[in-house]
Amino acid sequence: MTAINTLFIESMDQRFDAAACMNCGVCTALCPMEIGPLPRVLFRQVMLGLEEKVMANTDTIFSCLLCKMCEVNCPAGVPIAENVRLLRNRINTTMYGLGR
Amino acid sequence: MSLPKKAVLGILTDNLSRRRSVLPLSRNVATEWARGLDIPRGGKTVLYTGHMYQLIPFIGAMADQMKAFEDSWVTSLMDYGRLVNKVINISSFMTRAKNEERQAQNRTLRSIAMLLRESGVQFGYLYDEELYSGALVYDQGVDKVFLSHARVVQKMLADHGVKKAITVDPHTTNMLRHVYPEVLDGFGLEVQSYLEVLVERNSEIKQQLDGRVIVHDSCVYARHEGIIEQPRDMLKRTGLTVESPELSGSLTHCCGGPIESLFPKKAHAIAEKRIEQLAATGDNIVTMCPICLVNLKHAAGEDNIKIKDISEYFAEAFFGVSRTAESVRT
Repeated sequence: MTAINTLFIESMDQRFDAAACMNCGVCTALCPMEIGPLPRVLFRQVMLGLEEKVMANTDTIFSCLLCKMCEVNCPAGVPIAENVRLLRNRINTTMYGLGR
Repeated sequence: MSLPKKAVLGILTDNLSRRRSVLPLSRNVATEWARGLDIPRGGKTVLYTGHMYQLIPFIGAMADQMKAFEDSWVTSLMDYGRLVNKVINISSFMTRAKNEERQAQNRTLRSIAMLLRESGVQFGYLYDEELYSGALVYDQGVDKVFLSHARVVQKMLADHGVKKAITVDPHTTNMLRHVYPEVLDGFGLEVQSYLEVLVERNSEIKQQLDGRVIVHDSCVYARHEGIIEQPRDMLKRTGLTVESPELSGSLTHCCGGPIESLFPKKAHAIAEKRIEQLAATGDNIVTMCPICLVNLKHAAGEDNIKIKDISEYFAEAFFGVSRTAESVRT
């Protein structure tokens, strides 16, 4: 059973914006890193408040190249690179104690 | 064992907040490229290097070091390394840049400055007061530290009355043109890449070049800044036949550089993949980003692939081979 933490969603940076994602998979198909959970699965986990699952993926989140190959091809216009950066900021502040 | 992200990010972040760069450079290393060029200090328009080309020989050396550490026991000591780094800059002990690589990057910057001058552009340089943009710390999401650094850069530019920056690499261009205005109040600097400036100036080519080159677009120039046609236009003016690999322009493939500091082996694998794509089109590769240049060169190894910064071709066409070799010696 995965715990849902609604506070996780509320406490995410308000600029995190994946609401328009329709889970089409273009991002995953185009990713040069072939990163599985990023971005669509991970973003869905954020929106569902699955904090533990998100935080268990730090390697994945920091492996993103921020190259925007996915973003410029996203039919829903999701700001993918900025979302990934905001997840890094969340990890840095809550897990690594950086930039608090 | 992968590199400990907390310790590595901590060292980079501490360096930026304490020493104003992720990999601090001495004043001499940062500014030696400008020696003898008599560029005025400061001014309304400045050539802004953002230290990116100067950092490359050190980033290359550091990447080799980190790749060796990646699966070794040394990673377990990195937390201690961070503690020590707060007092002593340990990166200066870890990285020994080769002199010839430093001189190569200096030649690139000198060529760019001379190309602008040849095109009638008047500009100054901030010398030892110029600062790194903070791009890596921003990308890694250490926002508070980045913001604090960006404010220092903003003040430094304001103190010097700088109104326009001519940038030389995609990362500094993107930071100053799009990121700083988003995060800072009242940041109104005009920013142009030297590639955009040269295209506008349409200066006369002194020597037509002959050959075929393959353009590797930088992700940041192509997808963040929309700079795709300008470098091609300039290369075509020199007489070169310009070709692109299958993945190019807004669909360009990354060089792997952005994850070099945390995942050097993954970064190398991405660069090797890109080299394969480029080599399928031709073996004279043109880059326009210092990070792409170092990563692709490392991945190409001893293969018969030539990888050159785009400014080298421009310098050859504008000044001729002999003058370039003579005038860019430091």
